[in-house]
Amino acid sequence: MKAFEVSELSLWYGNYRALHDISIDIPRNNVTALIGPSGCGKSTFLKTLNRMQDLCKTVRIEGEVLFEGEDIYDPKADVNKIRKDVGMVFQKANPFPMSIYDNVAYGPRIHGTRAKKELDQIVEESLRRAALWEEAKDRLGKSALGLSGGQQQRLCIARALAVKPKVLLLDESTSALDPISTGQIEELVGTLKKDYTVIMVTHNMQQAVRVSDYAAFFLLGDLIESAPTEKLFGNPERPETADYVHGLFG
Amino acid sequence: MKRPAKRIEKVFHGIFLGCGLLSVFFVVGISAYLIISGVPAIKEIGLVEFMLGQLWSPSQGQFGILPFILTSLYGTAGAILIGIPLGLLAALFLSKYAGPKTSRIIRSSVELLAGIPSVVYGLVGMIVLVPAVQNAFSLSSGATLLAAIIVLAIMILPYIVNVSATALDAVPQEYEEGSLALGATRTETYFKVSLLTARSGIAAGIVQGVGRALGEAMAIIMVAGNVANMPHIFGSVRFLTTAIVGEMSYASYGSLHRDALFSIGLILFILIVLINVVLNLIVRKEEK
Repeated sequence: MKAFEVSELSLWYGNYRALHDISIDIPRNNVTALIGPSGCGKSTFLKTLNRMQDLCKTVRIEGEVLFEGEDIYDPKADVNKIRKDVGMVFQKANPFPMSIYDNVAYGPRIHGTRAKKELDQIVEESLRRAALWEEAKDRLGKSALGLSGGQQQRLCIARALAVKPKVLLLDESTSALDPISTGQIEELVGTLKKDYTVIMVTHNMQQAVRVSDYAAFFLLGDLIESAPTEKLFGNPERPETADYVHGLFG
Repeated sequence: MKRPAKRIEKVFHGIFLGCGLLSVFFVVGISAYLIISGVPAIKEIGLVEFMLGQLWSPSQGQFGILPFILTSLYGTAGAILIGIPLGLLAALFLSKYAGPKTSRIIRSSVELLAGIPSVVYGLVGMIVLVPAVQNAFSLSSGATLLAAIIVLAIMILPYIVNVSATALDAVPQEYEEGSLALGATRTETYFKVSLLTARSGIAAGIVQGVGRALGEAMAIIMVAGNVANMPHIFGSVRFLTTAIVGEMSYASYGSLHRDALFSIGLILFILIVLINVVLNLIVRKEEK
């Protein structure tokens, strides 16, 4: 099953073309890693999948992105529904300046869940899934800004899970974290793929090897190669991919 | 080379210290003066009689300022109640919805609004607002607490708008993106995340507005009717400030009447300090 089917996707910021005719299928319930050197377009591509690119006023997009068969750039598509289904965790942890509980309950409340009991349940379940429950359960009413960087990032994952998405986009979500927190989040991603499709942008090739099932290599706005992770790293077809995964440039 | 440089440093240090102390001196001086000149009349009239007396009639020896205190409190509360929602919505528009050009034009006109002398607000209020209130509610006179509240609300609006818009501008974009990425609409995001994040800045704007409204005299003396009644929304009223301004010129020198006006000044001063302290405490507690 495919989560996303992208064909001929191009993107311009003003006159600058950041993506060139990207075509890729992203399988469901797997972890797909997007790799490549800085400025290669992998984050740009990631943000087209939940239409966060819309926030940039000068952006222009051509091509087709099907999410579960539906064109998310259809003028009639419901952006808020897409963003609810395709959750996102950012590079820098961005918990809201409210309590831990309110952070996780924010999404469900926006989407109409009001009953305290139901919210309590969602909050606990989401925090458990994000492996933060044990650390947070005694301080749910305390400000989220008092958590450590790694905890804040897991809180952001819990917050994203609370709206029951189908896909989770991780935009270099461990790049600002220490190795222990990074390890916790990698482990978490491994458990999440049972229920979610995970697409992660990473600078860290070891991380891509450790965590992902599929990998896609971007260079200068082009998708060079996408394949199962083992193959992309072990036996790449394209010389650029081989150079990059062997650390020759980046 | 070293020595003269040091001496110059010392001289400048002294000048800066002096300038800093000057403002402290003025605050202490004014406070002391208000207390010295305000206390005797309160002693003579009696604190309870002065603060809670409902009748102000100096010619009959009646010096109750409760009507003025309540009018000042109601007037300020009313202005804030109108000013906060209008100001916040305007600030949200300027900071989040308006394009850069629109935002710039409106922001400069809001700043201009803050710079208009209060007597001009009073004049316009007297000529436009008072007759309008009179007609709208079929009153014998439109010079009422309501008219004063509206004038005060317009006067404090620029403070609330400017300070709140600046606070909203400073909300980190990551917060708003985080909310949008959860499927919240822009409006939901601004109301539930941006306003919350900017709350201490917004509160600072409200504190400024309260201070301005409580202390204002010129604008409201021209629209409030200036009668020492207990406050009523459609009645002519006198504020703490307007009582002083209105009567100081004819209270004879050395009379209890004149001393009592100083006492009103003292009460007004204490009221403003108290409200500022309380509001600041609330803001600080919120921040934690």
